[in-house]
Amino acid sequence: MRNLNRRTQVVILTAFMTIILIAVFSFGLLIPDDAVVGSFLSAKQPPSLAHPFGTDALGRDLFLRTLKGMAVSMTVGTAASMISAVIAVFVGIAAATGSKCVDALINWFIDVVMGVPHTILVILISFALGRGLKGLLVGIAATHWCSLARLIRGEVLQLRSQQYVAVSRKLGKSGGWILVHHLLPHLVPQFVVGLILLFPHAILHEASVSFLGFGLPPEQPAIGIILSESMRYIQTGMWWSAVLPGLTLVLIVLLVDKLGDNLRMIMDPYSAQD
Amino acid sequence: MKRTTRRLIHIFATYGIRIITLLLAVSVITFVLVSVSPIDPVRQYIMGLGTAVSPEQRTQIEEYWGVNEPLVERYVGWMSELVKGNMGESAIYRRPVADIIGERFVNSLALMLCAWVLSGVIGFFIGCVMGMYQDRLPDKILKKVCYIISSIPTFWLGLVFLLVFSVWLKWFPIGFSGPIGVLDKDITVWEKLHHLILPAFTLAFMSFANIALHTRQKLVDVLNSEYVLFARARGERKWTILRRHGLRNILLPALTLQFASFAELFGGSVMAENVFSYPGLGSAAAAAGLNSDVPLLLGVTLFSALFVAIGNMIANLLYGIIDPQIQEVGG
Repeated sequence: MRNLNRRTQVVILTAFMTIILIAVFSFGLLIPDDAVVGSFLSAKQPPSLAHPFGTDALGRDLFLRTLKGMAVSMTVGTAASMISAVIAVFVGIAAATGSKCVDALINWFIDVVMGVPHTILVILISFALGRGLKGLLVGIAATHWCSLARLIRGEVLQLRSQQYVAVSRKLGKSGGWILVHHLLPHLVPQFVVGLILLFPHAILHEASVSFLGFGLPPEQPAIGIILSESMRYIQTGMWWSAVLPGLTLVLIVLLVDKLGDNLRMIMDPYSAQD
Repeated sequence: MKRTTRRLIHIFATYGIRIITLLLAVSVITFVLVSVSPIDPVRQYIMGLGTAVSPEQRTQIEEYWGVNEPLVERYVGWMSELVKGNMGESAIYRRPVADIIGERFVNSLALMLCAWVLSGVIGFFIGCVMGMYQDRLPDKILKKVCYIISSIPTFWLGLVFLLVFSVWLKWFPIGFSGPIGVLDKDITVWEKLHHLILPAFTLAFMSFANIALHTRQKLVDVLNSEYVLFARARGERKWTILRRHGLRNILLPALTLQFASFAELFGGSVMAENVFSYPGLGSAAAAAGLNSDVPLLLGVTLFSALFVAIGNMIANLLYGIIDPQIQEVGG
């Protein structure tokens, strides 16, 4: 590892992180439903070798539940951040290439969306869609695109003032052609990094809102639901059911955050300096 | 003198119009969102009553509420009542929404103010330390800590605090704004404070990282400037430089950032209040959403938007004070 240069080190590290994330995700998906059915004989056990995270009040193994919940949360997080990122690209490009009026309107709309606290807005949207998974997904997707959209708007404005775009226009290329051939390729790194950095926010909001009781039904072992169940037993000293699943969530979020940073360093070496 | 008053009036008029248009937009969006909801508020209301309701009575309630009127008419009706100060009656608390919001906002304000001041002071202090020890061990450690903290969900931190300080150490009570079973007027200020500390710390803990990282960046910029180099050449010591050149330049931007973070503060307080069962606006919002209390949900959303807008307005005004160039362009 030492004799490799820094870039190679970062690439290897990034690949390793991706593998861990995929492993957690697929392991969580593959756990069958009957693996998390517990018996009262094994209820409320502290962590041991057989149950690394202990068991909950119904005797279900918390380690398997947490992994399963992680997979659910990651699915929601990925889907929501993808939708969000796509919205951000559309809105950002529309703001930068549209008329002054469109730009002002979009900026104003972003101000409106950012003007309501995210948690409240997600609660509202989740209520509008009748709670459940769909409401949660749409709610998170609809609240996270704002800052990325502003970033992309700035990027497009900067790209449009480049010489090669001006030349293309003088050569008679249409706006659409310029968009596809000059603007979009340059937005790919922004899009990918933005998407990955959106993911931690999305997954944290997902956990928060399902903790409040919106979103996923209680049978689905999402992280937020496991934690809200653990709250009922916190006074009896069941620390493991509150601490360990939460810690897993934090670790996954940190991992994804680092992954996004590393990817940015690989794609845009200039930003690695700061 | 006359010019300043005129400019002040101008500034407040622009911000007034901006806030009103923003609130109007928020109210329209919110109203449409609650209207398209498949959850039937009348059924929820009847379930809340706890008694059987005949179909005739149901129609009466529907008529009284105007559920079957077209959307625009309902909106206009709601809005005209809102302007008069009537926000409707909450379905779960059976009291006027305005009263509930007023009462709970006092609780929330106490919580948010404590957390806001705490996070500002802690964040600013840590930011100064990081900036002074730029790229050395304390800076590196604190930076890592800040990044980790911004990846922790508020409610989980609240849970852990609850576990450590309330369940194990028994320093703080588990929840509510006062002891259970004691009348509201008998609760002493001291007891209220005692119940406030843990949620306030949770909330402050979540938001200081942002301000610390921002302060660090600003301080590093100041310390790399030429006038600081000159000050150092004159023989001023490190901490004198911080006091004379650093603090003056970074205090106001930090304060501005604190004002601009009202949205995160409010969002965080929703989580903190729910974990600690603190009777503030945030727990009312969650309860309203879960129990389909439409009037309360509308009221809280509008109120939170107003709260955030006021924070942003103060931040913008402060920007103008810091940097007169922005003021001329924006004003």
